[in-house]
Amino acid sequence: MLEGDPCTILENEFVKPGKGQAFNRVKFRNLKNGRVWERTFKSGESLEAADVMESDMEYLYSDGEFWHFMRTDGSFEQIAASQAAVADCIDWLKEQDVYVVTLWNDDPIAVAASNFVELEVTETDPGLKGDTANGGTKPATLATGATIKSVPLFINIGDILKVDTRTGEYVSRVKN
Amino acid sequence: MATWQPSTDVDGLVRRAALLGQLREFFAQRQVVEVQTPVLAASTVTDPDVESIAVPGYGFLQTSPEYQMKRLLAAGAPSIYQLAPAFRHEEVGRLHNNEFTMLEWYRREFDHNQLMGEVAELVDAVLGPATYATVTYAELVGDLNRPRDELDLAFSVASDALNPGRFFIVDYPADQGALARLKPDDSAVAARFELVVDGVELANGYWELLDPHEHLQRFQQDLDVRKSRGLTPVEIDRAFITALESGLPTCAGVALGVDRLLMLAMGERNLDRVLTFRNF
Repeated sequence: MLEGDPCTILENEFVKPGKGQAFNRVKFRNLKNGRVWERTFKSGESLEAADVMESDMEYLYSDGEFWHFMRTDGSFEQIAASQAAVADCIDWLKEQDVYVVTLWNDDPIAVAASNFVELEVTETDPGLKGDTANGGTKPATLATGATIKSVPLFINIGDILKVDTRTGEYVSRVKN
Repeated sequence: MATWQPSTDVDGLVRRAALLGQLREFFAQRQVVEVQTPVLAASTVTDPDVESIAVPGYGFLQTSPEYQMKRLLAAGAPSIYQLAPAFRHEEVGRLHNNEFTMLEWYRREFDHNQLMGEVAELVDAVLGPATYATVTYAELVGDLNRPRDELDLAFSVASDALNPGRFFIVDYPADQGALARLKPDDSAVAARFELVVDGVELANGYWELLDPHEHLQRFQQDLDVRKSRGLTPVEIDRAFITALESGLPTCAGVALGVDRLLMLAMGERNLDRVLTFRNF
């Protein structure tokens, strides 16, 4: 919690002059308004932890303004998340997949995808055997609209790919 | 799944080997003698801002080879240098690692100004020639009448901003002199310098303090600060004090971070790119 708002730490850099005290320069994102800023803390300084809850929820659909999720605990309770909350994983949202939704005062403030997701290829050039002019890779577009910069040439439209959501990189082909 | 791959790449390994060769050549041309002192020793530094890694039953991994190299000088060694692993507890980050490679050298009959000249020659040899600006500690941090922690923070922020370019920071306040002597013409400041290259603190040097009594006073102040901050108590290195009593010759000395130098030479911004492994 910083200035009354829940924040997430984006970067935490250790700073220390050789003969001086250590500091941490921390880059935050305010989870309510998306604002990013930096603050410096002395080593050992503490902050109030935000009273947040994380829940597994299934992604249902988007109406263009909100992204709707449903609890997986059998209650079928639904919540609507804003664009700011889904910003980090918007490229990876697939209907009926389960995501971790962070709730603060029952308000969804962040949605996180699993480290790996499996998505179908909707667009890619046909790869020619033996074509290694581009280092043996090509770009591909996935069902969510996400673009992967380099996938192997043997990938075709309709293949299901495993993708690392942290780097946005191709991991493997799941099936074709 | 544990990663087994190195943090750096093959180019990083080759560049490091070339750099170590270049540094040795630099000192061979100047008749500065390479030495090796133990990495593991019974005593360590009192500096309250440097925490040593203790090895139970033996002592401490050395945070720098300074005291043992000064013992060699007291025993009659000529100008000497060392490329040594150095260790610091809880220092890990983009520009820090618990274990790093330190280049430390001592020049007999030099003062801090002569040594700054040689540091610039060495850095020019590795990174290519450039000009060096000189900035005083007071110019860098502004108002000096502030608590030490505020000064340290202001210093960190301001030295970070010395980018791009090469800058010698000089005229540290007397109480930040570490083991530098006070300037003969101005006892409010210490004959200490640091070199910052593109915002990275690269080297720290002194026209060395010789007086054993003043050493003891500074160490005692360190111990008081350590106590007030609740830090691990350490004992003053008696072998070092005895060596000073027998007489340290006039000299200037400097320590330079080799991993950071390699990082700058390779145009990188993170030690990850030049260290073989980040184990902690």
